[in-house]
Amino acid sequence: MAQSLDRLKESPSQTAGPYVHIGLTPNFCGIDGVYQSDLGSTMVNSETRGERIELRIRVLDGTGTPLKDALIEIWQADASGLYNSPAEMRGPADPNFLGWGRQPSDMETGVCRFQTIKPGRVPFRDGRLMAPHITLWIVARGINIGLNTRLYFSDEEKANAEDPILARIEHRVRVPTLIAERQGDTYVFDVHLQGEKETVFFDS
Amino acid sequence: MAESGSNRAPEIGAFFQRDRQWHPAAFTPDYKSSVLRSPQKALLSFDNTLSELTGPVFGHAMLGELDNDLIHNFAKAGDSAIGERIIVHGRVLDERGKGVPGALLEFWQANAGGRYRHKKDGYLAPLDPNFGGCGRTITGEDGGYAFRTVRPGPYPWPNGPNDWRPAHIHFSVFGHGFAQRLITQMYFEGDPLIWRCPIVGGISNKAAIAALIAALDMQSTIPMDALAYKFDIVLRGRRSTLFENRPEGN
Ligand SMILES: [Fe+3]
Repeated sequence: MAQSLDRLKESPSQTAGPYVHIGLTPNFCGIDGVYQSDLGSTMVNSETRGERIELRIRVLDGTGTPLKDALIEIWQADASGLYNSPAEMRGPADPNFLGWGRQPSDMETGVCRFQTIKPGRVPFRDGRLMAPHITLWIVARGINIGLNTRLYFSDEEKANAEDPILARIEHRVRVPTLIAERQGDTYVFDVHLQGEKETVFFDS
Repeated sequence: MAESGSNRAPEIGAFFQRDRQWHPAAFTPDYKSSVLRSPQKALLSFDNTLSELTGPVFGHAMLGELDNDLIHNFAKAGDSAIGERIIVHGRVLDERGKGVPGALLEFWQANAGGRYRHKKDGYLAPLDPNFGGCGRTITGEDGGYAFRTVRPGPYPWPNGPNDWRPAHIHFSVFGHGFAQRLITQMYFEGDPLIWRCPIVGGISNKAAIAALIAALDMQSTIPMDALAYKFDIVLRGRRSTLFENRPEGN
């Protein structure tokens, strides 16, 4: 026997369920007048620094069918690679960019769209620079615990090649599952929940 | 650096590893929707980088006066939602037992009859014209929170031939780092449906299930008005940075 460490356990996760929109994007699902707007629906204003981009993200189930009831949140650095967060010790981030967004997938097409900016590079724990990336958190009916992954950019080949997280992926054929394809100012990204093209999800 | 709304020095240590045995597994076939939506390959494990350690801050200024009152925030002036009036309160803590101030809590639920205000919910229980079903609040300095609502009804759902969800309130919790992001559900003490629910049953540890069951709290009721339930939520704790090699730039 020994002393107790006296730690609490994290509250267990439960699925967001089919009606996550009522809580997180009520205006989107027709519940008007409770909040002025849906939190996280607008990420940039005219003062935000950086290159404007659109993300078009779909989440596909094990049959390849896009989820029409998913909800995605993204978290990213500003154009200079700084996070707008109290835990960011390197300096002040762009005051016109929170770096966080939330979007439901379209109820017909399953596409989630984010209007944002391309993030700068952020240092890894040892000081090496990570490639520009956006952190994703995905919830939906049937997902028991929110899924974490990252979106990297297809036009950052050199940075991607030296990224310390991408380098940890043992099966190199899976690296492209984290890279969004550039089409003009839009990046297209499919998240596969299962199957041959299953996206690399994170435990971090 | 964003304002934390607190006088504490910001905490920057990495989060404790998530205990994946304690959480429900991704693949829980008794909950049929999980079958085709559960990743099957191993997760990529790594110690938190700045991308997981940091997170946005939501100030109290974003809150409207009725955001934490589901009895009134959708009701016509002078009206209120139908149902058992309750207060839900508690604290958001981390695994070290410290209160988490400034955490954004968002909650949603069915009405007293078990019906959601959502076009995809076709349950025959009626909508309550005075109940929307969503609310939010931000924890105070000690991690405390409270809101008013009506007790949601249980409802049937298409899974097995006769599955019923226990009465529950969905909670979304935003702590200080994006790696703490959590969605869960609160259940009510004494509800016999809890132990029959395939979604709850995805959690294999009984003590873990008990951690999602709010206790009736008679000391916090408002006599002649509302019963009270106490529900504490625990987020991932942070390691101390005292003896760690600090990441470049810190
Ligand atoms: Fe529900």
